[in-house]
Amino acid sequence: MVVLSLLGGVLGLDTVSFPQAMLSRPIVGATLSGAILGDAGAGLLVGAALELFAVDTLPFGASRYPEWGSAAVIGGALFTKAGGFDAGRLTTTVLGALAIAWIGGWSMVQVRKLNAMWARNRHDAVAGGARRTVIGLQMAGLGADLVRGIVLTAIGLMALQPLQMAALEAWGTGAPLSRAMVVGASGAVSLGAAYKLFHAVPGFSWQFMLGLAAGLGLVSLS
Amino acid sequence: MSAGPVGATPTLPLGTQVVIFFRMLAVQGAWNYETMLGNGIGFCVEPALRRLPGGRDGDAYHAALARESQYFNAHPYLTSVAIGALARAELDGEAPERIERFRTALCGPLGALGDRLVWATFLPLCSFAALAVFGTGASPLVTVLTFLGLYNAGHLGLRVWGLQAGWRKGLAVAQSLGHPILQKAPLHLGRVAAVLAGLSLPIAVHRIIGSGNVLLGGTLLGALAGAIVLTRLHGRAEGWKVSAGVLTAFVLYSVIR
Repeated sequence: MVVLSLLGGVLGLDTVSFPQAMLSRPIVGATLSGAILGDAGAGLLVGAALELFAVDTLPFGASRYPEWGSAAVIGGALFTKAGGFDAGRLTTTVLGALAIAWIGGWSMVQVRKLNAMWARNRHDAVAGGARRTVIGLQMAGLGADLVRGIVLTAIGLMALQPLQMAALEAWGTGAPLSRAMVVGASGAVSLGAAYKLFHAVPGFSWQFMLGLAAGLGLVSLS
Repeated sequence: MSAGPVGATPTLPLGTQVVIFFRMLAVQGAWNYETMLGNGIGFCVEPALRRLPGGRDGDAYHAALARESQYFNAHPYLTSVAIGALARAELDGEAPERIERFRTALCGPLGALGDRLVWATFLPLCSFAALAVFGTGASPLVTVLTFLGLYNAGHLGLRVWGLQAGWRKGLAVAQSLGHPILQKAPLHLGRVAAVLAGLSLPIAVHRIIGSGNVLLGGTLLGALAGAIVLTRLHGRAEGWKVSAGVLTAFVLYSVIR
């Protein structure tokens, strides 16, 4: 729990504050989380499902977007720990991670408001070119974001693990349909995002169809 | 933003460049809705400002740090261009009014170019590439390293280039933003991303589902139908939230049936 929470904090920090190297993307974060719990493959699987969602949510400027770092750690942990179940395991994990991503986005907004308040209170010192204040504001913001990620991950793990277990105990839909639902939903988001982002690229349809044909060909060969 | 011919580029000690580079990775550390990246710019430029007459205790240092810590907004990676250029302008002793006008003029182009190049093109491209690698059955390590290696080659390369271009050109750095590579990259990368998007979907879905072709076909058709609905809803609802709503309903159904 402690290690996962620290990882959630570090990856939450990566989302915007430091170093924004996309360690926080689900395909990375969930894999790391799974690896910590001894099953990197399970983490990668749920990370890939979440990555299909994440393509639709890009960190444009001041907009509010999901915070995938902490969510990915929680997703990887939930999926790995629910290894005894098949039906509903991926579906409940993805839904839990999406909820955390949404809450994480909200919590980032709160940290930004806190940063604004600190900056406002120290406006005169900044306007006077006070070195310690400029550096202090930066460090305080980084620290607040790190703590935000750690706390969010810890609370998320504590709240979602029992909830997921209860849902899986009562699960009444077959495993194939459960997986198809979550992959269909994430695939729809990913496809919609690809169209939204690239439809203006000349020849988009042909390029996309070329890739799709190659992908289907690879699937038929496997 | 036009500046006279820039003479021989003064040198910034390597140690200072390295410190500025690492600070740039935290440029958004104090991001807020009022000054946005402003404090981060001051934080990053500060090591260079110590070279002003009088050093850290001099009036020139305090005036420059105050100026550089005011409101600023741009794409975080391309702030490197602004940081290099502003450090150069301050050390060249440019007039404060000129530096302030330059700062204001730089926000829009750096934001628009960075959003288009990085967020809307390169990041999705890297995601689709990682999903394609995952779909081919690659190990967790290979998949993660492919994504991080590809993405950060572009990310760190852009930051290093931006800092150097800004420092070299100073207030004339706008020329560098018109470089054909920067202007045409989104188009070419977009083409690659379109192919990768088509390629990655069936193979990634196949690996996640891990069973028969009938289920795969049904799932892909479902995803296509869902994508059409989400595309039509564009601007009114976010795709991931709509899908999360559908999943919530499915989970509730599966638990209480």
